[in-house]
Amino acid sequence: MERTIRVLVAKPGLDGHDRGAKVIARALRDAGMEVIYTGLRQTPQQIVNAAIQEDVDCVAMSILSGAHNTLLPKVVDLLREEDASDILVVGGGVIPGEDIPFLKEKGISEIFTPGTPTDTTIEYIRNNIKRR
Amino acid sequence: MRLFVGFAKKMRESGGESMEIRERLLKGDKRAAARLITMIENNEAEAVEILKDMYGHTGKAYVIGITGPPGAGKSTLTDKLVKHLRKQNKKIAIIAVDPTSPFTGGAILGDRVRMGDLNTDPGVFIRSMGARGRLGGLSEATRAAVKVLDVYGADYIFIETVGVGQSEIDIVKTCDTTLMVMVPGLGDDIQTIKAGIMEIGDVFAVNKADRDGARRTITEINMMLDFNGGNWRPPVIPAVAINNEGIDDILEGIKNHMDHMKETGEFNKRRIANCKFEIIDLVRQRLMNTLLDKSKREKRINELSGMVASREMDPYTAQETIFNDIK
Repeated sequence: MERTIRVLVAKPGLDGHDRGAKVIARALRDAGMEVIYTGLRQTPQQIVNAAIQEDVDCVAMSILSGAHNTLLPKVVDLLREEDASDILVVGGGVIPGEDIPFLKEKGISEIFTPGTPTDTTIEYIRNNIKRR
Repeated sequence: MRLFVGFAKKMRESGGESMEIRERLLKGDKRAAARLITMIENNEAEAVEILKDMYGHTGKAYVIGITGPPGAGKSTLTDKLVKHLRKQNKKIAIIAVDPTSPFTGGAILGDRVRMGDLNTDPGVFIRSMGARGRLGGLSEATRAAVKVLDVYGADYIFIETVGVGQSEIDIVKTCDTTLMVMVPGLGDDIQTIKAGIMEIGDVFAVNKADRDGARRTITEINMMLDFNGGNWRPPVIPAVAINNEGIDDILEGIKNHMDHMKETGEFNKRRIANCKFEIIDLVRQRLMNTLLDKSKREKRINELSGMVASREMDPYTAQETIFNDIK
């Protein structure tokens, strides 16, 4: 049997709008993945603790507040500190194109901006998880 | 040859990894616990071998089941109960079970939403599990996860499950104390007479007790419990989990049940009964897997299903046919 992919869908920082995160969570569920949804206003440390306890293959973060350049790399750094760099990190939300190269350089594997079909995200996660 | 060398190397590495997991788990390493639970969920044979080795280290944690209808406040209540226990510096693990879609195999596991601030407490380990539609496999995987978290060193393990369906009732047979969470306004007193719910709770909490109808719900549950025999009468405790009301009373109820079990010898009896259930469940699954081994028998079963649907054969004869095939 094929291994079930586990994804943590998280909302880092202070914006209070999680419709997008929920749409993604639902789409990943419908694609046969197990989605651990953590809710709003998570700190990078909370996200990393959850990722480790849940032993996920991927952390998918939705962020609309503009703090992506601070919060997303922080999650990657904390994962590295926990020796958990084998977890794929992706982001989505309102993120200006000029910030994307910086985020990728910091270890966020892909950024999905508004209008991305959910299939694109699903396929990306399926093809890029690092473990087994 | 190169293939073989690669294989041997892989075997060595995985052997090394499983040794390492054993050692790290005994030291209370969270990543090791998390990884081993994943291996169990993915039915990796290695996981069973590790559990066999580790079994002698289990049995120390006190296991509390929390069940009740969807939306009753189980996660919120668990969050508050755990916070109170953390003040006594107890190490806690929580297994939160949510349903899996029978169509896609996917799941949204959302119990962590209500436990956000437990997340940064190093003394708390939370793991969400999806039911994954395995044949009776949910209770098996949950029981295995309990063993892992026991070795990891949890003093208390909470299993939170949606209280509908047989597999959830089965999970309760893993627990030392079961807390049934009810809410006002779910139906008339006939609901409380129905089998199942009233029989598996050792402690009852009526959450959202600030709502209309709470007193009536409490009275109805009490009336039903008065009919139950046995030497333990479950308490019925009002609570408003979100406002932290009634949490101490519930913990006291759990503590009283724990003391009662230990004083009366009921604790050992229950653990033996739980082990018996586990063994039978494992045997049943092995038998089912052997009997219904898809590659061998699925075609035959499909043929018979067609015949039963068109009334050429009855299901009882179909069952006899399958059994005769196996003999």
